Order: sequence, then C-alpha cells, then structure tokens
Amino acid sequence: MPQMNMVQAVNEALRSAMRRDKRVVVLGEDVGKVGGVFRVTAGLSEEFGEERVIDTPLSENGIVGCAVGMALYGMVPVVEIQFSDFIWPAYDQIVNELAKYRYRSGGEYPAKLVIRTPVGGGIKGGHYHSQHPEAAFIHVAGLKVVCPSNPYDAKGLLLASIQDPDPVLFFEPKRVYRAAKGEVPEHDYLVPLESAKVVRPGRHVTVLAYGAMLYEALDAAAKAAEKGVEAEVLDLRTLWPVDIAAIVTSVKHTGRLVVVHEAPRTCGFGAELVSLVVERCFYHLEAPPVRVTGFDTPFPYTLEMEYMPLSHRILPALLDCAKS
Amino acid sequence: MDPMPDIPATFRSEQPARVVRVLSDDGTLDPRHDPRLSESEVLEIYRWMVTTRQLDERLVALQRQGRIGFHVGSLGEEAAIIGAAFAMRTRDWLFPCYREFGAALMRGLPLQTFVDNMFGNANDTVRGRQMPNHSTHRASGWASVSSPVGTQITQAVGFSWGAKIDGKDVASLVYFGDGATSSTDFHSGMNFAGVFKVPVVFLCRNNGWAISVPVERQTATRTFAEKGPAYGIPGVRVDGNDVFAVVSVVREAVRRGEQGLGPTLVEAITYRMGGHSTSDDPNRYRATDELKPWAERDPLERLRHYLERRVWWDDRKEQALIADIDQRFRAAVAAAEKAPPPALETLFEDVYEKPPWHLQEQRVELLRGVRAPSSHS
Repeated sequence: MPQMNMVQAVNEALRSAMRRDKRVVVLGEDVGKVGGVFRVTAGLSEEFGEERVIDTPLSENGIVGCAVGMALYGMVPVVEIQFSDFIWPAYDQIVNELAKYRYRSGGEYPAKLVIRTPVGGGIKGGHYHSQHPEAAFIHVAGLKVVCPSNPYDAKGLLLASIQDPDPVLFFEPKRVYRAAKGEVPEHDYLVPLESAKVVRPGRHVTVLAYGAMLYEALDAAAKAAEKGVEAEVLDLRTLWPVDIAAIVTSVKHTGRLVVVHEAPRTCGFGAELVSLVVERCFYHLEAPPVRVTGFDTPFPYTLEMEYMPLSHRILPALLDCAKS
Repeated sequence: MDPMPDIPATFRSEQPARVVRVLSDDGTLDPRHDPRLSESEVLEIYRWMVTTRQLDERLVALQRQGRIGFHVGSLGEEAAIIGAAFAMRTRDWLFPCYREFGAALMRGLPLQTFVDNMFGNANDTVRGRQMPNHSTHRASGWASVSSPVGTQITQAVGFSWGAKIDGKDVASLVYFGDGATSSTDFHSGMNFAGVFKVPVVFLCRNNGWAISVPVERQTATRTFAEKGPAYGIPGVRVDGNDVFAVVSVVREAVRRGEQGLGPTLVEAITYRMGGHSTSDDPNRYRATDELKPWAERDPLERLRHYLERRVWWDDRKEQALIADIDQRFRAAVAAAEKAPPPALETLFEDVYEKPPWHLQEQRVELLRGVRAPSSHS
C-alpha cells in the first residue's frame, strides 16, 4: 500500500471522483495549472482539462454562488477556497442559499456540493491564513462539516463527502498537510460521515480532538500515561453531525472530558460538545468538563504557538481533569 | 466648467445607449426591432399580463383582509416580467428575484400551487417554509425564490455554465431590480459570466425604487446598462413597458448566447407603481404625482391599444378573461383556505436528505411538547 501525505490523499480522492463521474468539477483560485497554492489539485487540469478544473476570478462569493448554480443544473462541484480565512465573502451563499436550497424548495432542489478549504494555524500565516472557522458552519442548519486528521481518512472522507447527498464543508488541517503520512489504499473506499474513531483507548479521561490538534492531544496523552493517567483520545473526523454515540460511550466509560480545538473558546464547537455531554452523561461525570482552545482573540502571527492549544497546554488540563 | 478637467475627453464614457422601443404611441411597431409576433403569441402575452395584474390586485386585497400574510407585487412591471420570460426557450431556466410570479405561471406553475404557496398550507410544495411569493417549480425551469436581492444572479450564471460544460445549449434568464446592482452577487455574476462567456440574460428591472431608496442612491452611473461593458458584456436599454421591445431585446440576447457570444445585460426601464410590498407605504417617500407619467405609459394599456387597433381584442373578450381569472382564483383560494397547515414533522424534513440524530431528537421534542398558541394563523 502506498505511503501518502494528506495533500496526495486528497488529490487521489479528487482524481478518482472526477474519473468516475464527469459531473464532478473542481473550481477555485489557482486550482488549475499551478495545482492550488498547496498543490492539492496538482495534475488535475492536465488530466481533466480547463473546463472541469477551473481557475476562477478572485471572488469567493462568485465561486460559491456559481457552484450552487452548477449544482442546481446537476453538476457536482468541488470548490476550493484557498484559505478558510477567505471564505466569508461566500458566507451568504453558503448560509442562505446552499444550506437552505433543499429545505426552502420542498426538496425540489438539493444543492449538493463540497467546499474544501485548508484550516488552522501553526504555519506562520497570521490572522488571515490560520483561522479554524468550523463553529460558524456547524451552527448553520443544512450543512455537514468534516475535518480529517490523516491521509487515510482524508481520502475516504472526501469520497464520502462527494457522494453524500448534502452540502459538505471539508476542512483540511494545513499544519499536517505534509507532516501527517500514512498508508492509503489505491482503490476507492469510504470513511462514513458521522463516525468518530478511538485512536488511543484509555480509562481515566476522554479527549475529543480533530484535525491538527489530534496530534497534540495524542502527544499529551502519551505524556500523561507516563504519569499514570490513561486518556482515551477520540478523533471526531466528522464535526457535524457529530458521532454522539461514540462520545457518550467514551465519557460514560471515563467519567471525565477534555475538549481541544484551535478556534476561539466562546461559542466554539467545544461549547456544544460539553453541552451535549452534560445533557447525556451528567450523572457519569466525576469532574467539570474542560475546554483547551484558542483564545478569544484574533489569531496572532508571532505568538501563534502561545495561542494554539498545543500539547503543553493540553497535558496539565488532562492531568487536572483526571485527578480532580 | 469642465467637471473632469484632468481626464482627456476620449476617456469619458459615451452618451447613454438609446432606449430600444418598438411600440409607438400611435400603436404601430418600429420595424427595426419588431419581434414579429403572431396574433396568438401577442394574445398569449397579453393574457398573462392581465392575469398577473388581476392576481396582484386580488392578492393585495387578501392581504388587507388578513387572509394571507404578505404579497410582493409587480404592478406596472408586467411587460418586462412576462415579455422577458416569453422570449426564453422552453429548455432555458429562469432565476427569479421575488416579484415575477406572473412569469412562473406562464412557464407552467399551476395556479393552485401558486395560491397554496401564498397561504403556506399543507399543499404548498415548499411546505409552508417560506413567505408568500417564494415559490419553486422545477418542472417549469423555475428556480427557488429567496429574499436576498442578488443571490440568484451568480446561481443563474453557474447553472448555464454547468450546462455549457455538459455540452448543452441552455440559457438562463435572471431577474433582479435596480437595487440588486449594488449587491456583491451582481458584480460576481457579471464578472464570471463575462470571463467564461456564459449564456445568461441579466434582466435588470429598473423600476426606480429599492423599497424607499431611489436609483440615484444605487449608482452614480447614468444608466444601469452601462455597467455591462466594464465586464465585457453588452448593456442594452429597453422600454420595459413595451412588451414588443422586451421580447425583441431578450430574444437577441438568447441568440447571442446560442452563438457562443456569452451574456447580455438588459436594463428594462419601468416603474414600480405599487409599494415595495404589502408591508410598505410608498406615500412616506414619494409623491403621487410621480406616478402620473408612468400611468400614461401603462404596459397593459399600451398593449391593449395595439390589440384593439389590430382588432384582435375587445371589451367582451376582456370581460370574459377577467371573469375566468376571477373564477379560477376564487376556487384556488377556497381550496387553499380549506387545506390544513403543514404537518409538524415537516419542520424537520429536507434540512438534510435524511434527518440526522439531532433533528430526530428535536422532532420528538416538538411532537411531545406543548403547541404554540394560535401558531398557524
């Protein structure tokens, strides 16, 4: 089985989906000849031509608005937003149009498309190349939100997202685009949406993480184990609808919860995860749930490693939670 | 005094384009742009224009009686709306703003379906999820209405662009008002359509007003049509109260698309004779005097004058048509008022193809819970 990084795995998924179904088109800024600023779409233009791998004008609103129209026609657009920090001009089209089309048309128009976009910090990108905006999309009725952490999941989840009947926001953690490597089958396979994965079993505390922060959580868990605390780490993979059954099973088992995410804390996805757990597992909890997150500040340039909820911040939270 | 002394005269835009007009005051047609419609075609157009106006008046009355919650009408704009839709081919698609129900009916939206949408009842195909006038009708190539004024513009471009990639000759007609030319989607849609030569007819209904804001507050350009050339798109001005001119110009725009020449911007100059909607009181911001010159250019009157001159129409036919509309509308309203509200479960359907766990939970919560006081009135 070939070793791949996430960039290659996503590229594989796109190539395979485009080979199988000529309705699949890729559009975005610089996705053509240069293959995207992260090279995720490298080689697609050569194989499928400029009509299906489309370098667009620099307008996220235009890209998503046109993609919605293409989807209404029956195409399956896979949009690339170059950095998730640039997605906001398209927010109206995503929230009011894409996410609502099926509902507001009584099911006559399912506007199915996938929006791929790199997320997260740790790459010296400052405020405009580092945001992790999942909460703003999880909050929107009608969207599904996915965030893989490794090449295997990236390919399987992207293929599943393209096949899924609903619009999907597909967040790619750019800090581990090339750092996360693993075996990826050459054949097509699906990683089902709405399925979390226990990546490290444990009995003292549950840690929920996703994307690049999964590795920080795993690092903290390994260090905690040296101190006798066995953390169970879940990679959520699909953020919404989240795999609530897997979360509840784990928390009922451990009785303690730590949630990790890069995005700011207030009204972040961690707030929802803690609420869901408290509603379902209150009598199993032995300590207050803890959020280890980005701060409620804009994303900083120089001090980004202080801003991010890295292992050094997760570890004490984990130990405190396990011992309180 | 020269207002722009530093700019060489050659850089300045030219005089605004001439307004295309076909139907003259004496009821004759200008042969240069005459779309050469047959008697039956003209009568079909006229019937839909009358239908639109008759329904408008009746729907406003229903709203005033408290029987429907809202109506956004097209009084005075019937020629622009019906004429443009008539010029499109059956295989083409229409992307409405929210003021064009007449075009939907002409394209095949059944009257009962339209009226059920006005009531938001159990038979409403959008299941009471949207305000009145927010219809959807896929079978007649009618996209779904949303309230933001410009979002349909980029979608119309994407639709025909998708068809183009698919090797099909399908044009889109997208309606929007003068206000929407200020929106992001107007800029994006025009720009993308220009770059990719997408066969789209951008139909700007310049009706003078965006709720209370006049066109001078939407743009500093003298016309809306002149925005086209900045995107590499020809901009045409047309008398929007002259249905022959509208049909002629839009047909030409469709032909351009067919020939691979891409999009056309059409500015249909007309006037919003009513309020923005039944929720609006135009007396607060415009004098009644302003309506007078436009009332004299009423699109129905002008067309009727032509029909009578050709001896294709008379009072008896007019009365019969109105009686027929009245009878069918009353029947549709009676049926719509008898229909119950949508079932509670429908609240959770179509958010996704299948309701995920959280919507299943919330559905149980709603069904087991206490009903809202007078929730469906």
